Amino acid sequence: MTKVSMTVNGKAVSGEVEGRTLLATFLREDLHLTGTHIGCDTSQCGACVVHVDGQAVKACTMFAAEAEGAEVTTIEGIAAADGTMSPVQKAFQEHHGLQCGFCTPGMVMSAHALLAENPDPSEAEIREYLQGNICRCTGYHNIVKAIAAAAAEMRPVAAE
Amino acid sequence: MYDFQFARPTSLDEAVKALSAEDAQALGGGQTLIPTLKQRLAAPEVLVSLTGIRELRFVRRDGDTLRVGGTATHGMVAREAAAEFPGLAGMAVRIGDPAVRNRGTIGGSLANNDPSACYPAAVLAANATVVTNSREIAADEFFDGMFTTALDEGEIITEVRFPIPERANYQKFEQPASHFALVGVMVAKHADGVRVGVTGASEDGVFRWTEAEDALSGNYAPEAVDGLTVSADGMIGDLHGTPEYRAHLVKVLTKRAVAAS
Amino acid sequence: MPKDFGIGASSKRREDVRFLTGKGRYTDDINLQGQLHGYFVRSEVAHGMLKRVATEAAAAMPGVHRVFTAADLESAGGLPCGWQITDRFGNPMHEPKHPVLAEGKVRHVGEPIAFVVADTVEQARDAAEAVEVEIEDLPPVLDMKAAVSGDGPLVHDEVPANLCFDWGFVEDNRDAVDEAIRNAPHVTTLELVNNRLVANPMEPRVAIADFDASTGDHTLYLTSQNPHLIRLLMGAFVLGIPEHKLRVVAPDVGGAFGSKIFLYNEEVACMFASIQLRRPVKWASTRSEAFVSDKHGRDHVTKIELALDDDGTFLALRTDTLANLGAYLSTIGSVTPTYLHGTLMAGNYKTPLIYVNVRTVFTNTVPVDAYRGAGRPEATYQLERVIDKAARELGIDPIELRRRNFVQPEDFPYATPVAVEYDTGDYGAVLDKLIEIADLAGFEARRKQSEANGLLRGLGVNTYIEACGIAPSNLVGQLGARAGFYDSATVRVNATGGLVVMAGTKAHGQGHETTFAQVVAEMIGIDETMIEVVQGDTAHTPMGMGSSGSRSIAVGGSAVVRATEKIINKAKKIAAHLMEAAEADVDLADGTFTVAGTDKTVAWGDVCLAAYVPHNYPLEDLEPGLEETAFYDPANFTFPAGAYACEVEIDPETGKVRIDRFAAADDFGNVINPMIVEGQVHGGIAQGIGQALLENCAYDENGQLISASYMDYAMPRASDLPMYVVDHSCQTPCTHNPLGVKGCGEAGAIGSPPAVVNAVLDALNSGGHKVDHIDMPVSPSRVWQAMQG
Repeated sequence: MTKVSMTVNGKAVSGEVEGRTLLATFLREDLHLTGTHIGCDTSQCGACVVHVDGQAVKACTMFAAEAEGAEVTTIEGIAAADGTMSPVQKAFQEHHGLQCGFCTPGMVMSAHALLAENPDPSEAEIREYLQGNICRCTGYHNIVKAIAAAAAEMRPVAAE
Repeated sequence: MYDFQFARPTSLDEAVKALSAEDAQALGGGQTLIPTLKQRLAAPEVLVSLTGIRELRFVRRDGDTLRVGGTATHGMVAREAAAEFPGLAGMAVRIGDPAVRNRGTIGGSLANNDPSACYPAAVLAANATVVTNSREIAADEFFDGMFTTALDEGEIITEVRFPIPERANYQKFEQPASHFALVGVMVAKHADGVRVGVTGASEDGVFRWTEAEDALSGNYAPEAVDGLTVSADGMIGDLHGTPEYRAHLVKVLTKRAVAAS
Repeated sequence: MPKDFGIGASSKRREDVRFLTGKGRYTDDINLQGQLHGYFVRSEVAHGMLKRVATEAAAAMPGVHRVFTAADLESAGGLPCGWQITDRFGNPMHEPKHPVLAEGKVRHVGEPIAFVVADTVEQARDAAEAVEVEIEDLPPVLDMKAAVSGDGPLVHDEVPANLCFDWGFVEDNRDAVDEAIRNAPHVTTLELVNNRLVANPMEPRVAIADFDASTGDHTLYLTSQNPHLIRLLMGAFVLGIPEHKLRVVAPDVGGAFGSKIFLYNEEVACMFASIQLRRPVKWASTRSEAFVSDKHGRDHVTKIELALDDDGTFLALRTDTLANLGAYLSTIGSVTPTYLHGTLMAGNYKTPLIYVNVRTVFTNTVPVDAYRGAGRPEATYQLERVIDKAARELGIDPIELRRRNFVQPEDFPYATPVAVEYDTGDYGAVLDKLIEIADLAGFEARRKQSEANGLLRGLGVNTYIEACGIAPSNLVGQLGARAGFYDSATVRVNATGGLVVMAGTKAHGQGHETTFAQVVAEMIGIDETMIEVVQGDTAHTPMGMGSSGSRSIAVGGSAVVRATEKIINKAKKIAAHLMEAAEADVDLADGTFTVAGTDKTVAWGDVCLAAYVPHNYPLEDLEPGLEETAFYDPANFTFPAGAYACEVEIDPETGKVRIDRFAAADDFGNVINPMIVEGQVHGGIAQGIGQALLENCAYDENGQLISASYMDYAMPRASDLPMYVVDHSCQTPCTHNPLGVKGCGEAGAIGSPPAVVNAVLDALNSGGHKVDHIDMPVSPSRVWQAMQG
């Protein structure tokens, strides 16, 4: 067993893990943050996407021990402390960008990562960025719409 | 997966030492190795993570060479090589997906030498040198059939040195499920000739299409390869394409890479 | 103005906040005190004699509590099939036993052989590797044509020629259809494959069984579309648990598409193990396991013949289908390729004579059952493909050919030659709407532009019809169903005016918590937030058949209406008493009771309070309280219909197909929540495009599944798909349910595959190319191959 310490959603946490313990398992089982989902075992589906040191990663394809000292943000850490949803979360609801909700945490985390890199993505850029996030319900149409709407909402208003 | 001890050295020396242990295995970004471990297809006693070695994490230009540290992620290369070697950055940005690119490393990709991985084609076409903790290996000496390389046990890729070509482009035709390369072709025009690296196609792994190199060295234009044919012998045939189809794509993508470079 | 609440409003989904903030509660998020973990030893070969299963070494491994094999499960029954099909000759279908753990033989890769239960899942998996399994290989039965030839190996020794049954529909039409085809001026014949698919909801299956020996209560947490059906099947047919001692709970379910209808081996094994070990037992599927254990879908090989007059009038239709059942009969595996398929072969057309022959075949593959559309996509695909082929052969515009044969508005109700009666529809209007929204007028200009870019553009247009609202129980009972197909709702009004709808259906992504609340809000005239919807727990909801076959709003929603009507009727009686008026004079609107011709009013909340605080209450005439249950059994199926258009661009050098435009015009009758309906259509189209272009569940010659992960099974990604143009403004309300609704869950998956493939073939017959046929999935390599001739 190895001791790991990291910051998750702004809180310092630590735990004893096996070498093989995945970050996703640590989040779900040890920290009870069950919003990070596991939908495949080949690193394809993206239901487990979280941010590690500000970058989107697949928490099922990273060991907990690799996150030693890292800043981790999960879906549970995206809304404001008072529960106000982020512009991306709001846009997903507004534009019906989710149905069963299982892929949704990963989608929201990827969308936030995209908008941090590219505040004004085209439709094609949004679709390309979601390469590693599979949704079986929505056909992506409303996810793409939601992310585009969130981008517009989050962009600073251009100076006149 | 089977359990193992996890080591996270912070220097190359520590890593080399850790890898000298019985059944120790290096872990790059883990984007291929971790799924393999989940399937219980590998059983290391010790997994030595290289991503804590800060000194191996860089992308920088050094004269006519682009130097990429062994643990540089695909995402870093996509961003940081864009100005210096756009052909390489354009290749890196097509690997996997954004989350995979944030973890996957050049060293991990090359050491694994998946027959459908993108990087091997770039290394061959660019005529890069693979630098390890103990030696320098020329691209033409590095790849040794699918999932096999010239690396010795415990040897760590510390850096890859890419001579920056005059022009280069990578064309990837994606396998529809995995989005790995069904066929990927990197064409690089150097001052002393053209090199063409092909991945995804051959049962022997990445290879150079030397007939095309000769033709393109004489006339760097898509039409230069019109008269050539790629043999389907030894090409991969699977659910996603016959050997003939892959052979056909090699030529199509080569022409497109030349046109786009 | 769009409505802002109630029926017809695009109310935002109340489900969303929990899903968007990581607070959804899926089965795998549940962990019980003292829980053990199970892992299955599965067959690695397709077909073989099970000579020995030795568990001693595994049982001695760290953390292991027990290793179960078929020998332990002698008291358990096999997994039952819910629908008895009678064959062409009047014989019942073959029903070989479907054991929970393999007995004597293994019949597909992935079949569970042993179940290891340990403290942790990794311990269980470690021990599973120590279970010694000795199998004597038998040649696998894979190709359906070879399987039914009669001289090959048998999946089940007691099933000759691997033929579960040979079904003719309608058998009495057989000779007349043969004769009509023999004498027809033109017959178009097409042989095609409807590719095998894996449903792939993003949430893998999970079961947690919890037997409490102190009370005798059994609780099963399960990823299920129909907890009551599971309770019935597991309790009554497999483990002998009385229904009142078995509670099945389906928490949030992360997609299903049919694959979570069925009773599976794994949940039975979990419950059995929990009973034996007196501890909760959890099993969570990995995606790799899901590929070899979730029921697969489709997998038909069909020859279809369409007889036409010289002017294109359809004269007769004959189909000959081999339908793959896999290794065992699944829960509704027998009805999916028969009554859910043959009854739709008339499509939207007035073909006077139709005969459907389906032979269902056992093979050494994962069992096949319902997947989104279930039989109806198979029917639509073959019919709409053969019509396009006939149009090419006769030189008639394919849209015009369809229009000439449509059932016309004045023909309704229209009885088809395949035993169903369409109540309403206007197929011409839907097609006109499609032509408008798809901008078909601009197609030729777009084609020229594509040609200028070196690309081939093609257009595919088709219609579809489906039967939803499953099902009238007395009818399906005659056809062999072993269950009724009503649904149910209990509406409980609280003293403070809020109410709870307890539904027999179980949403798994469709947003029923929102939609059902809209229906009740509309009827009573109160705010949607005053209504809570409870579903998915047999302890808290009335017996219902769950959510599948686009039945939830048409059948479950109708039950909600009926229960709410009962509530309103009783509330009016109370209101009449409170207002000292005649009940017949009391109206309810906007949450207020009024008396006609007076200014007397009483608010909804006051009536609710009176029901529970009956100080001033007609106790001599009425019970206190306000809670009603309704069961609704539909009088007929519903018949949503639509017209779909797809435009593709093909890169002739690589064979890569890109969907450039996709439009869908649907008639779902009345619509409760347009936003949700459109979302359902989007998702269905994506799965239909997935089937047409990408998805292929393939076995090799040894019966190993090749497409066994997302590395080889091509799931549609965002970059594979376009934005869709959808419309549901053509509405011919259903005539026999109270909401006038038809259902929308499967339409997209039914209507889209032929549109895509017909578009591809249109492209491949342009620019001097000629390709007669291509099978799904239309992958780049297949397109390129077809173009090579």
